[in-house]
Amino acid sequence: MTGRALPRWVLVLAAGGALFVILPVVAMALRVDWPNFLALVTSGSARAALLLSLRTSLAATLLCVVFGIPMALVLARTSFRGQGLLRSLVLLPLVLPPVVGGLALLYTFGRRGLLGGSLNAAGIDIAFSTAAVVLSQAFVALPFLVLSLEGALRTAGTRYEVIGATLGAGPWTVLRRITVPLVLPALVSGTVLSFARALGEFGATLTFAGSLEGTTRTLPLEIYLQRETDPDAAVALSLLLVVIALVVVGIAHRVRPLGSGAVARGVRAGG
Amino acid sequence: MRGSSTGRDRSRAVALPVLLSAVVLVTAGRSADAPDTGGAVSDSGSVTVFAAASLRDSFTELARQFEQENPGTRVVLTFAGSSDLATQISEGAPADVFASADTRTMARLQDDGRLAGDPVDFASNTLELAVPPDNPADITSLADAARPGVKTVVCAQQVPCGAATAQVEELSGVRLSPVSEEASVTDVLGKITSGQADAGLVYATDVQRAGEAVLGIGVPEAADVVNTYPIAFLTDAADPDAARSFVDFVAGPEARVVLEAAGFGAG
Repeated sequence: MTGRALPRWVLVLAAGGALFVILPVVAMALRVDWPNFLALVTSGSARAALLLSLRTSLAATLLCVVFGIPMALVLARTSFRGQGLLRSLVLLPLVLPPVVGGLALLYTFGRRGLLGGSLNAAGIDIAFSTAAVVLSQAFVALPFLVLSLEGALRTAGTRYEVIGATLGAGPWTVLRRITVPLVLPALVSGTVLSFARALGEFGATLTFAGSLEGTTRTLPLEIYLQRETDPDAAVALSLLLVVIALVVVGIAHRVRPLGSGAVARGVRAGG
Repeated sequence: MRGSSTGRDRSRAVALPVLLSAVVLVTAGRSADAPDTGGAVSDSGSVTVFAAASLRDSFTELARQFEQENPGTRVVLTFAGSSDLATQISEGAPADVFASADTRTMARLQDDGRLAGDPVDFASNTLELAVPPDNPADITSLADAARPGVKTVVCAQQVPCGAATAQVEELSGVRLSPVSEEASVTDVLGKITSGQADAGLVYATDVQRAGEAVLGIGVPEAADVVNTYPIAFLTDAADPDAARSFVDFVAGPEARVVLEAAGFGAG
């Protein structure tokens, strides 16, 4: 092992923690009906669920990026009364049980919800639609992006931004040439985390959007349903979800060094 | 670990397993007031019952009556979907009695060799249409629920209430095009009580339990599609006598009154 020496008990606890996470995945892989794995994960309903999951998670991630970046900027770069409270509220979906999130969305966007009447009058009915799935996913995934980006913004500090501004750069130029490149790694990892969280979303979707093949039945909901009659299919699909999550996280880690380079370039350009 | 570790290191290395075992011991008990029946030692006078979610109210009452008639005996209840419970039992959960909402799930456990003796059918349930109290889509029959534009929710075919729904559709010749196929009847009911859906097929007992929150509409063809609830005690029962007497009690005349009041039919 390279790196700084750590007390042995740290290594023991770390190994214990790692095993705690890895063993269940191994146990699941051992339960997979490998000879039929391909058939199980490429069945019609499995394909429909996977495609729907990827589509909705991408849309939800896009919503997170569009709204999450400005939210993180406001939280990190401004100060106003009640900001602490606002931050806690924005991060609420992180700690809420997803079912509770689903109920909250139902009471907001549902047919009898706070905005349901107005939406209905506008001819928008999201009950049992794919849009409801995207909303559920974005709701639970948004805090991941805001949290990691705000942390990075605070760590990066305002030094370069101030220098850029004194050299005559406008707010948009500072944001584009200094701030965003500085926090690009965090932005990438936050985006990937949001995507992964959206992909795994279950409780809010179940409560708010329903479950219909090709429309609202995402991969986690398909797994939940298959488990009733076909545990083999459920296990195979679960493993598929794990593999997708690993690939996504792996991509994020590969992107990081590039991001760091961009930061250096951004800093040079900004300075 | 190398031999150079100091005494402090060692004591810490020992402390971890001790700490973990303590955590496991403290959290393994089912609840503070429930005696543990999962151990190898027969803990007489306690029955752990795994029962289908739809039995929650009835079985809570039945357990109370059973405890009253058998002083010193405790009934520990766990409710969930029948399929979930069967999976937990197959994976070694310490249950003494299992009450399922369908015969198929019970048969699965029987095939696994988990049942001591044959299951007894103690109740039955039929489907009904449930609509929000103000009935926004003006539903009066199953055919109305199939009208275009009506948001109807049903159970997925994979779960017992969904299999029954498919049979009702076949018998009535009405082809529903649901906006959602839920994995549990509770989720169907939830979509009705929240007003998201216009109609849904749920069990008669669900309509009864929901009270004012939904309006029940009888479906004639549903009377012929009966869902049977079997109960059985398990081979691993810690106290087979207590488990057997609880099964007999649930299948007996006193329990009949409670089950009928909840909307269940005869077994």
